[in-house]
Amino acid sequence: MLSEYVGVLLMLGIAVSLALGVLAIQLLLGRRRPASPEPDASLDSEPPGASERPSESIGFHLLALLLVVFNAAAVFFYPWAASFGETGAAGFMAIAVFALPLAVAWLYAWRKGALEW
Amino acid sequence: MLLVAAAKTLFIWTVVVVLFAPVVSWLVRRQSAAHPAETATPSAALLHPGASFLAFVREDAFPPGSRRWLRAAAPFLVVLPALVASAVIPFGGRYSLGGSSWSLVAADIDWGVLYVLAIGALAGYGTLLAGWASDDDRSLLAGVRSAAQRGSYSVVLGLSLVGVFAVYGSLKLSDIGLAQDASLPVFGFLEDPGPLEWLRLPCWGILLQPLGFVMFLVSSLAANERPPFDRPSHESEPLSGPPRGVSGVHFGLFYASEFIQVVVIAALCTAIFLGGWSIPYLSQATIVGGLSPLFGQGAATVLCMLLHMASFFGKVVGMVWLQIRLHGAVPRLGYKRAMDLCWKCLLPLAVLNAFGTAAVLLLCGPLPGSP
Repeated sequence: MLSEYVGVLLMLGIAVSLALGVLAIQLLLGRRRPASPEPDASLDSEPPGASERPSESIGFHLLALLLVVFNAAAVFFYPWAASFGETGAAGFMAIAVFALPLAVAWLYAWRKGALEW
Repeated sequence: MLLVAAAKTLFIWTVVVVLFAPVVSWLVRRQSAAHPAETATPSAALLHPGASFLAFVREDAFPPGSRRWLRAAAPFLVVLPALVASAVIPFGGRYSLGGSSWSLVAADIDWGVLYVLAIGALAGYGTLLAGWASDDDRSLLAGVRSAAQRGSYSVVLGLSLVGVFAVYGSLKLSDIGLAQDASLPVFGFLEDPGPLEWLRLPCWGILLQPLGFVMFLVSSLAANERPPFDRPSHESEPLSGPPRGVSGVHFGLFYASEFIQVVVIAALCTAIFLGGWSIPYLSQATIVGGLSPLFGQGAATVLCMLLHMASFFGKVVGMVWLQIRLHGAVPRLGYKRAMDLCWKCLLPLAVLNAFGTAAVLLLCGPLPGSP
């Protein structure tokens, strides 16, 4: 079974050499020039390239929490689905018992405003 | 064996990167041209990717203060998942030729679909790093929003496929393709279907899991920031990710990965939902059995293989066409609406679809021939 991964390794090798080759061509042939991403930087009151971070929290940490919780839950759904033929009704009840607190967590997140962007 | 794997890998890479991606970039340009006279002739337009590459190589404009090696690493993480994911997509079935079995897939992994989802999720790191690397507030915010959209839709992408796993009983893409080669009597649950016995449907994913197909297509487009979900990364947006602060070949690789992803999404949809390589109502046994008296067993199998490959790539072309039509047809979704769609609409729908599918399978029994 491990022999199947040879294809993956070969594709990875091709992809990496393609990307590295393209970067190497740029390093050798291209020129580097500093340029600000702001097209109208002269109109800004702040100096360009300042490495300040936004002062208020934008709440992406909440999204990260939600992602971890629901990704981990999704991972439990896959083996249940793949083995559904063997587990049948008992498996259905088991996954329903698993999904119920998950649904409550999702509703809680919605009501608490964690799903507002 | 290594040679065979290498040949299959090179074939897939050639078809996806060398053949399809330039055609897709030409079609996108043709589709979005305001006036028909503005489109180049096909032969000139197909040279455009090469010309673009030369232009990208010419100069690398970087924001002062940006982190050079992160900026160089970011496009890797966007291009690699697209290419590596295509290694597990089967472009044909399993054929017995000369005593041994040949399967037309570069890497026939047991958990193929999960592999594609896992590898695809790495692309989120690429846009995040691109935003982080250019030392600019707006780029950072754009990069994080882009990664947030990609990550959220990756969750739904996986959940929308749970129904498919339950129906076909496997995560292996070639098994899913083989299961779609059969056809299902629509009225088979009746004790005596009588004259309705002839009414059969091919066991395609889109017919057995229509809601799953729609959710999968929408989530793939959103997880790869394809239109209409490309607000975080489109050049004309004020808060766009990679196009700000990433130039030269780095931007070129981002751009190339978009077109490669179009083909990979199309290939995945075809393999899981559109029957893969199979021709409806003509199973592999029927084709080989029908052609054997004329050409002999070996030649019939090779002809069947070629027919299957043509069928697969034809369907991929159809899905690519659909995505390009969406490019100009549907207005771009705002970030808030896209995230609401994911968390408040698609997530519960996907879970309900999984349970509904399981309930139907319990009531009507499993698909004939599935494990």
